[in-house]
Amino acid sequence: MFFWNWVKYSTSVLSTEKRNASPVLSVVPGTDRLVLPSHSSSAFPSLGSLYTNRGRREGGSMEQEMGELRRYRTQSISRGEFALSDSFYFYRKGLESIVDDQVTQRFSSEELVSWNLLTRTNHNFHYISLRLTVIWGLGVIIRYCVLFPLRITLAIIGLSWLVIGTTLVGFLPNRRVKNWLSELVHLMCYRICARGLSATIQYHNKNNKPQKGGICVANHTSPIDIVILANDGCYAMVGQSHSGLMGVIQRSMVRSCPHVWFERSEMRDRHAVTSRLRAHVAAKSNLPILIFPEGTCINNTSVMMFKKGSFEIGGTIYPVAIKYDPRFGDAFWNSAKYNMVSYLLRMMTSWAIVVNVWYLPPMTRQEGEDATKFANRVKSAIAHQGGLLDMAWDGSLKRDKVKEEFKEQQQKMYSSMVVGKKARNSQEPHTESTRR
Amino acid sequence: MGSTNSTLSRIPNVEELMQETGFTPAHIVRLYDRFEALDKEKTGHLRPQDFGAINRLAMNPIGDRIIGSFFSTGQETVDFHSFVRILAHFRPADKNRPKDPSMPQPVNSRTSKLKFAFQLYDQDKDGKISRAELLQVLRSMLEMQVTEEQLESIADRTIQEADLDKDDAISFEEFRKSLEKVNIDHKMSIRFLR
Repeated sequence: MFFWNWVKYSTSVLSTEKRNASPVLSVVPGTDRLVLPSHSSSAFPSLGSLYTNRGRREGGSMEQEMGELRRYRTQSISRGEFALSDSFYFYRKGLESIVDDQVTQRFSSEELVSWNLLTRTNHNFHYISLRLTVIWGLGVIIRYCVLFPLRITLAIIGLSWLVIGTTLVGFLPNRRVKNWLSELVHLMCYRICARGLSATIQYHNKNNKPQKGGICVANHTSPIDIVILANDGCYAMVGQSHSGLMGVIQRSMVRSCPHVWFERSEMRDRHAVTSRLRAHVAAKSNLPILIFPEGTCINNTSVMMFKKGSFEIGGTIYPVAIKYDPRFGDAFWNSAKYNMVSYLLRMMTSWAIVVNVWYLPPMTRQEGEDATKFANRVKSAIAHQGGLLDMAWDGSLKRDKVKEEFKEQQQKMYSSMVVGKKARNSQEPHTESTRR
Repeated sequence: MGSTNSTLSRIPNVEELMQETGFTPAHIVRLYDRFEALDKEKTGHLRPQDFGAINRLAMNPIGDRIIGSFFSTGQETVDFHSFVRILAHFRPADKNRPKDPSMPQPVNSRTSKLKFAFQLYDQDKDGKISRAELLQVLRSMLEMQVTEEQLESIADRTIQEADLDKDDAISFEEFRKSLEKVNIDHKMSIRFLR
């Protein structure tokens, strides 16, 4: 209880900045331009990334930079011409991307501006003073010896109650009582689990909460997102059926209310997936489905491309923006670096998980709008509300390589400067429209 | 995560490296983390494929050349020391360095940066950028956007302008002269390596 109040107090004291009306930065893919809307004024406190700041300061588009490189030449740029220094631009960009790049950055934890006494978030840790080390040492003791055992106990209680409770409810035949009880059980378990992570969640705009028969869409940072959202309402989960402990939990959950679990083989067949989800949504009494269209965990500083599959199902979309406060604990799951168990361990030994959840007004696909455009519209709304960078890069770039089209785009831009507009005759723009 | 000291102690000859390149311990640690992140199979070396995984680089028209500049002739892997040495070329120049002609040029001086850029063009390392080499670079930057004739005429024009001794190739001195007025330090430095 005491700890609870302390967390609440410290969040209110520390978070004096308003997060609601944050400016939107969007990155134009294929170039390095960051586009700022004209009304933005405040800086991004949580974006400790040096790359973004540098991008804004120098603001060099290809034309601008080339222009500067060629300033010493007597001929004008409009005549076009190659200069030996043109390659410097590409050279520099290439080396910058070797040192750090926008996309890979999203898959590692956010760098904080000031240290929060967790070594894991400090990249340049070096000895500053004895006092600080002592405070840090105290922090470690409190986190590992006091908080962690309490949290583990709560988590175990929560999970076991989930399994037992849902199995018990599953035996009941009656429809209405069963639904009511299953909601109760689910809510209770998720609340206990949330306490087990010391999660302080603030929900905004509860009037926009997802209704039955709808689809809830949110940005993805970690598996804990499910716990966070389910604390306030019941959702039908969508996912792959696992074996082991996860499988036990999944099977018992399904007994009390319909969730949608897919076998691994079914996942590959997009058509089958879509039709099953459509069937679920069509039955208006079913709980809203929870989907994370990014497909993978991103580090909560930006929102990556939404996969259009979720937006083809039809029905009403209820977008939700989730923003974690990085000062109390880093919620991002870097699946390449940590497995689930060590991730949960890290979660339970942070100070706390402080989250803001915004429910956005429902959206539907408009006439003549295709799934991709609709997905982007929803993505911008979520990014805008949560104060995240709206990026058009694909989250699967974590694992796959970039398409050839981007390279051609760069070449096209450069050639129009060197040879002028008459060069752009034989190449059709079909490469741009096939971008998914 | 670990402190700077523990990471630094894992790198052999790190003092020498810092001396040579002028990077601070924090930079070295940052670059080491990046090196490890790129070295997915944890071999302690990077191969061209590891660089290829960087999306922004794959999209760069001269990305392959940039990757090639990390590997000296005949070598197939690059270790951390070479990695840092190459990147040191792009460190912003130290403003207050005393001009001592007897000391060797630091690796991020204007001349060294120019030499490095020269090597980008001069792939066979004969000290001259021949017409063919220039064409190659042009081709990678422009690929399918221009015709072969246009490429040739651009190459001819460029050599004509820069070639002072009329040997149909651009030597390092001619290269340096034609780029006299360009602010090399600004254009060939990566800001956050300061």
